[in-house]
Amino acid sequence: MEFLYASEILLNGLMAGVMYALVALGFVLIYKASGVFNYAQGVMALFAAMTLVGIMEGRVPFAHLINAAFGVHVSSFGWTVPGLLAILLTALVMVGLAIVIEKLVLKHLVGQEPIILFMATIGLAWFLEGLGDVMWGADVKMLDVGLPQGISETVETATNNWLGYGFFIDRLDIWATVIAAALVAALVGFSQYTKQGRAMRAVADDHQAALSVGISLRFIWIMVWSIAGFVALVAGIMWGTKSGVQFSLSLIALKALPVLMLGGFTSIPGAIVGGLIIGMGEKLFEYFIGPMVGGATENWFAYVLALIFLVFRPQGLFGERIIERV
Amino acid sequence: MKLKLATVALGAVMAAAPAMADLVVPNLSYRTGPYGANGTQYADGFNDYFTLLNERDGGIGGEKVRTPECETAYNTEKGVECYEATKGDGALVYNPLSTGITYQLIPKVSVDQKVLYTPGYGRTSAKNGKVFEWIFNAPANYWDGASVAIKYLLDQNGGDLNGKKIALVYHNSAYGKEPIRTLQDLSAKHGFTLTELPVDPPGQEQKSQWLQIRRDKPDYVIMWGWGVMNQAAIQEAANIRFPMENFIGVWWSGSEVDVLPVGAAAHGYKSLTFNGVGTDYPLYDDMQKYVVEPGKASQGGQFVGSSLYSRGMYAAVVIAEAIRKAQELAGTAQITAPQLRDGFEALDITPERLAEIGLPDFGPEIKMSCDNHGGSGMARLQQWDAEAKKWSLITEFTAPDQEVLDPLIVEDSEAYAKEAGISPRC
Repeated sequence: MEFLYASEILLNGLMAGVMYALVALGFVLIYKASGVFNYAQGVMALFAAMTLVGIMEGRVPFAHLINAAFGVHVSSFGWTVPGLLAILLTALVMVGLAIVIEKLVLKHLVGQEPIILFMATIGLAWFLEGLGDVMWGADVKMLDVGLPQGISETVETATNNWLGYGFFIDRLDIWATVIAAALVAALVGFSQYTKQGRAMRAVADDHQAALSVGISLRFIWIMVWSIAGFVALVAGIMWGTKSGVQFSLSLIALKALPVLMLGGFTSIPGAIVGGLIIGMGEKLFEYFIGPMVGGATENWFAYVLALIFLVFRPQGLFGERIIERV
Repeated sequence: MKLKLATVALGAVMAAAPAMADLVVPNLSYRTGPYGANGTQYADGFNDYFTLLNERDGGIGGEKVRTPECETAYNTEKGVECYEATKGDGALVYNPLSTGITYQLIPKVSVDQKVLYTPGYGRTSAKNGKVFEWIFNAPANYWDGASVAIKYLLDQNGGDLNGKKIALVYHNSAYGKEPIRTLQDLSAKHGFTLTELPVDPPGQEQKSQWLQIRRDKPDYVIMWGWGVMNQAAIQEAANIRFPMENFIGVWWSGSEVDVLPVGAAAHGYKSLTFNGVGTDYPLYDDMQKYVVEPGKASQGGQFVGSSLYSRGMYAAVVIAEAIRKAQELAGTAQITAPQLRDGFEALDITPERLAEIGLPDFGPEIKMSCDNHGGSGMARLQQWDAEAKKWSLITEFTAPDQEVLDPLIVEDSEAYAKEAGISPRC
């Protein structure tokens, strides 16, 4: 029975890892295309989820400001928008956000050191956090786009009949796995087999060289930030469905960091494999070792695991080895 | 020329200096950060009650109350900064809504002679006024809460918890660890098995803890959570089909923001509370008339009547009553913090007084003294109705098991007194 229970923990760890990987994917996309570590990726997930709820519930954006400025009491348009349409509209908002970021921030920083771009994304994170609150309010919002939650009775019954112990698998985690697999396949296909994808990789290798062969750096950046915005939306939907849309959603970026350290900052499959290893490792450690050290080991153990990998493979499992000769 | 300069300088000083006549009650709030959704509602209730007193009664004893707000983001360092920044402004009392900040402020307020009022949070043993001269935590503290929860379970089980299994899911912080000692002692007394399951803050990911609960099948789960940890835990409980009526949160795990994101699956979830909820109290007529309708409510009054708004308002009610008592004792409306401490120690909020305020049966009777800074410790239970989207009170106010708690409070506070070199008073 102990073995079966450990297997259940392992399976759930893998599923949790997929959820972490969904966040890590956004980081990888932007880093791969521009060499920028986008500190704002977690906040983008929060902003996307807030916008989605706002659109679905027909909330008036900036209602507090409007009410304060004009002495009125508006909060809702009085309509609701179906989930799929709202997701589409939110994706468009994220494209709009990418255009604004490119025009107001990135355009002015072409050719700057990566650390400058990193600092810009820190500023962007704080700005987006405030903008989201001002637009949609800081209250905890319920998100329901129709994704099922709770124990999968099929899995429970099947494992019970087969092994004599019914496994717990959350249906939301199953959906997250399917969506993550589809997302990774689409992203890998896009970057390997399309003109824009190849251009994206060229920009990642060398901005100046890419410009010299006629690739529009601005277009590529808008495209990459739009895709990262869409990935943030997917992560926001999954995590928002799980525990409501609220500030803490932006902190899931902390869960993505060890995944990136382990999987590599430049590999899309690396983000998935890294997520799986972290998810599985932290859950098994909590199960076997946690009780001996007082429990609650998951947050720090993920980083310890990533650091161990870092010692042996600094570029991560799937990252590109950088050799600089002088 | 000299006269003109002197007049200008005097005018500038008068404009820059705070209005010293006001009663200053800083609001160390948090409207941002991971716990902002909770802190916002509490801060609104706190501000709005003082606004009501100012607008309706012209303040307390003819003195207006000022509540300068300082954002702590639930961060201990920022909380201390806020304290340092506001204490020179004639501040009388602090209510930072954070156990971490409270622990840092305890030695500071004792030196600065400011009152620290921490209803339902902070250092439990501060109930012992002999040691903690400047700290008050009535009407109830964490140990009271743990004991009332166990008393409720005893009631549900015909007075016998022998052989029952209870799991404690707690925020892995100073706050979350507070009830452990009490529950361990109560476990020894009543014969139930206690399993402790810490959750690292903020607490979005709790799969391991809930898989263990699913495997161990405890009869009851008690939760000491805050912020997203609450929503995640209630969702995970629903996911593993843990019966909601056997799941009890502390009062900080019992607000609308904790259950609404979980939807229908949260139906039946219970929590402790030491204050009433909803707007079905006469006070809210005045709140509407003097604060909300004239547009003077915090954030437009959107959270009026919510669980956390009501608790913030209740904290303001207790402070206002202590100020009133202090004014009466000191014979002046412009009281100092040491006089307010005397007011707290002489405080007696009877059920009749609560009804007079417009909040009948809103909270337990609060009677404090030099040695008792924690009141009666009474609390009650509420249950969530997911369809009606509201809490219903399901028990009367219940007293905790003082036989177990009193020795613990004496032991902990005396250890602190020894460590801090304090000679017990009273």
